[in-house]
Amino acid sequence: MTTLSGAFFGVIHRDLCIAMRHRGDLLNPLFFFLIVVTLVPLGISPEPARLAAMAPGMIWISALLATLLALDNLFQADFTDGSLVHLMLSPQPLWLLVLAKIIAHWLVTGLPVVLFSPLLGLMLSLPEAGFLPLILGLTLGTAVFSLLGAVGAALTVALHKGSVLLSLLVMPLYVPVLIFGTSAVQRAVDGMSYGGVMAMLAAATAFTLLIAPFAAAGALKVGING
Amino acid sequence: MSSQPLLEFKALTFERDDWPLFSDLSGAIKAGEILQITGPNGCGKTTLLHILATIQPVNVGTLCWQGNDISQCRQQYLASMAFIGHKPGLKLSLTPRENLQWLSKLQPLNRCTSAEALVRIGLAGFEDVPCYTLSAGQLRRAALAVLCMTQARLWLLDEPLTALDVQGIADLESLLLAHVEQGGAVALSSHQALTNPAVRTLALDALAEAQF
Repeated sequence: MTTLSGAFFGVIHRDLCIAMRHRGDLLNPLFFFLIVVTLVPLGISPEPARLAAMAPGMIWISALLATLLALDNLFQADFTDGSLVHLMLSPQPLWLLVLAKIIAHWLVTGLPVVLFSPLLGLMLSLPEAGFLPLILGLTLGTAVFSLLGAVGAALTVALHKGSVLLSLLVMPLYVPVLIFGTSAVQRAVDGMSYGGVMAMLAAATAFTLLIAPFAAAGALKVGING
Repeated sequence: MSSQPLLEFKALTFERDDWPLFSDLSGAIKAGEILQITGPNGCGKTTLLHILATIQPVNVGTLCWQGNDISQCRQQYLASMAFIGHKPGLKLSLTPRENLQWLSKLQPLNRCTSAEALVRIGLAGFEDVPCYTLSAGQLRRAALAVLCMTQARLWLLDEPLTALDVQGIADLESLLLAHVEQGGAVALSSHQALTNPAVRTLALDALAEAQF
């Protein structure tokens, strides 16, 4: 018989394997993230003071758009080749398998963004105090992006050209995370405490972690039939 | 062998865009039989198989697994049913062996190892090449290798003969025959006639009411 943990780690392992074999898809959102932030000093102003003022917002906005870029692929590819059906017909609970897919997705899209964010902070002359809240905030924030995005991706999985609808669906839900994320960095830079804002972000992550796998599994059951 | 059918469907009605694909369709699949669903393109063969596999929800009608309503025993039903759709469901960047190993973590596929299954289905030597290098017929064989491994009693196969060569069709037929001889059951959709005499046919015609 299949086991719960076997199925869970099997899905993560397989999605990571596939990601490693499509390195172009893997690097695309990350390059987007890097390029946007690199172009800011060239396009606006190389002056450190002006860059530092924009840094929290710029990094967060490009991180948001980079994860949005990769969201489409979460269930779409599996739907197109028919393997999503195998996932849905497993005797194991679907929400658990969906959670495994979301974790694999975060590992290949969210985590690289988090890892590269200090470098981009340096490029935008972000004051030293802003680095820790930036990394912490992005870790929590990108997890929320992947979790909430999975619900939208599941709903639009069978739709022809569903990606436009997907962006419209999840963008409003991303906005609070963006506001809290940037304000945490801004507060730290201004020398204020950012604990409360970070706690809000952590609460949002915990809440979506509880709700999103179930919602996405339910959305898949509806979404797969078009 | 008990006379109770494995899977029973009663008064199924399905509409697509207000157009009835089939209405009041009833029937049963008993242990030891092969049910072939036939009918012209677009008559609802795939939809019927999707409903039987619980991919598509039943709007009107009931589905029973060994006498119990499917909504009461879906987990149990999923553990005793194998579905292969007309899309092979294989990741092209993975090898046939990796695809089968992933599937065996999701579904009870432990009658034999993936390597043995691939040899039996005629893909010896292709276990470790990426699926995108395989031909359409080889991909179909790789998808059907699941049937060698599964412990499911009921097989639901959507167009399993597509892209298979003469030898492939003969191999599949002998697999089906061995399965029903052991008390399993098969429902498949196909336009080609199977040579096996044990096949019972369910003809779906657009707008037709089939009752048997």
